Amino acid sequence: MKSILKATVAAAAMVVAGSAANAADVKACFVYVGPVGDFGWTYQHDQGRLAVEEKFGDKVETAYLESVPEGPDAERAIERFAREGCNIIFTTSFGYMNPTIKVAKKFPDVKFEHATGYKSADNVATYNSKFHEGRYIIGQIAAKQSKSGVAGYIASFPIPEVIAGINAFLLGAQSVNPDFKLKVVWVNTWFDPGKEADAAKALIDQGADIITQHTDSTAPLQVAQERGVHGFGQASDMINFAKDAQYTAIIDDWAPYYIHRVQDMLDGKWETGSSWDGLAEGHVVMAPYTNLPDDVVKMAQETEAKIKGGWEPFTGPITKQDGSVAAEDGVRLDDGAILGMNWYVQGVDDKLPQ
Amino acid sequence: MFEAVLLTVITAATPIMIAAIGELVVERSGVLNLGVEGMMIMGAVIGFAVANQTGSGSLGVVAAILAGMGMSALFGFLVLILVTNQVATGLALTILGIGFSGLIGEAFIGVPGLKLPELFIPGLSEIPFIGPVFFQQDAIVYLGFALVAAVAYVLFRTRLGLVLRAVGDNHGSAHALGYSVIRVRFAAILFGGACAGLAGAYMSLAYTPQWVENMTAGRGWIALALVVFSSWLPLRVVVGAYLFGAVSVLNLHAQAVEILDIPSQFLSSLPYLATIVVLVLISANRRLTLVNTPACLGKPFVPDR
Repeated sequence: MKSILKATVAAAAMVVAGSAANAADVKACFVYVGPVGDFGWTYQHDQGRLAVEEKFGDKVETAYLESVPEGPDAERAIERFAREGCNIIFTTSFGYMNPTIKVAKKFPDVKFEHATGYKSADNVATYNSKFHEGRYIIGQIAAKQSKSGVAGYIASFPIPEVIAGINAFLLGAQSVNPDFKLKVVWVNTWFDPGKEADAAKALIDQGADIITQHTDSTAPLQVAQERGVHGFGQASDMINFAKDAQYTAIIDDWAPYYIHRVQDMLDGKWETGSSWDGLAEGHVVMAPYTNLPDDVVKMAQETEAKIKGGWEPFTGPITKQDGSVAAEDGVRLDDGAILGMNWYVQGVDDKLPQ
Repeated sequence: MFEAVLLTVITAATPIMIAAIGELVVERSGVLNLGVEGMMIMGAVIGFAVANQTGSGSLGVVAAILAGMGMSALFGFLVLILVTNQVATGLALTILGIGFSGLIGEAFIGVPGLKLPELFIPGLSEIPFIGPVFFQQDAIVYLGFALVAAVAYVLFRTRLGLVLRAVGDNHGSAHALGYSVIRVRFAAILFGGACAGLAGAYMSLAYTPQWVENMTAGRGWIALALVVFSSWLPLRVVVGAYLFGAVSVLNLHAQAVEILDIPSQFLSSLPYLATIVVLVLISANRRLTLVNTPACLGKPFVPDR
């Protein structure tokens, strides 16, 4: 049954959309893990694609494939794009890492850009945003606002990006309340509104009065609104779904990066590399702070300014869950340690899935 | 605590139960419609759109049912009149539904939805424990239970049910006796579509009141599996749906309380493992399985001219 499901999803994903400017100088193609209408992760990437279209007009043609499952199907989708004459292909999910590298070997003249991964090549660049900067801020807000002192975290898959998000959230919370508790529920999916809602309900029933998520739908926030607890938007501003419940949202803004890279293609200056920007560069944006008292807003804004000024949330002292020291006082974790994070900080009420 | 878990189980089980009971009737008539997911997602988007435009949840539910029926009518026309392959047509229906719903739903992305109100059954809703769990739900939950009871009654206690089962078990004989196989099957397919549409409405108007593409996330396929799981018996659909709902919800609760030191990936696969185990147990009793399996399931019928 699962394979029928996958086949269907893959077939459904083969609906290529895009503009038809034949005389375009560059064809930029995007592979999405979810539907463009998820109003979360994929939606924001597609906003970036639309920004590219708007910026370059007829000079650039774009195309995308949505709901492409991570795994063997992804390789076929990416290869199809490469054969179809795409000059630059953005693969926008962690699970596309190996397929991207594999296809890139076969098409040395095509440029590839893989989001959130760590493997690159001469024609494969990687890009990511420092979402954990935003998560540190919402962690602080959570600790200030929570009455029960417990937050619930709906997590997708145990990959470094998600783990770093959990850790940053808790470090932010601990900076306000050292005894703050964090419950983590793994749903093992990026997108399933029903399951995400059930996870939110479970966490609230277990005493969490702040819900945050690393999954893509608005469902958890909607549950928070219904149950009278609070939460944070993920990837896009979800205030319309939770007028009273959303404190702020961590917005991914991919447009500056996509425009920059496509410009490089047009200029013939594209080079491989690894981009990792955050609040300071505008790749991560905090939605307006709402439903919060003034002093908490002020604290959040101060932290935001501090991070924009170059401060890293993963600065010691940081203790791992097993009690060992991850960073001494004042020592900043290097980028590699954050991008490859596979341990919890002390205080996470969960055992890391292996 | 236990009450809260049960409440979540009901919301998780309701959509798959409703979609499955509809498909059960379709399969009892000898037709295999793999398009449940597609009909469900169309119900979800149309239900959301109409409720959003008119401000009325009930109109949304009605529209969702009609949308499901519309999709199933297309399926019925193709497999009964044009005698296309049922498996391929059903799969095509799912693909069509997912794609088309995304197109229709584009205007509704990021728009907050309307949640169906909970109806408190007077008297019953005040019973401690049972009341809040079973009698303070929205109308679709009650409707779901009523549907199961009605289907169970009609299938095995009425003439109509006998005819339907006869058509599913031996369409040649039913035809010889003067029953219109095509008409009975078409009606069954429409009923299945209505149920799938209703299940979709539950997703977009009660479970997670919003529209996002692909929001049914495979529940139509689970409903299809449930029909086999139930060995085509309506009451077992309820058991299966609740078992499935319970296992998937308990997984989340178990993680939140940290009572079990079991990998979450294993817990996530538990509902599927449970389905396989029960399927094995059920099929161990070959005689019972054979008695209940519609003998003409998936076989096309072309009346003699």
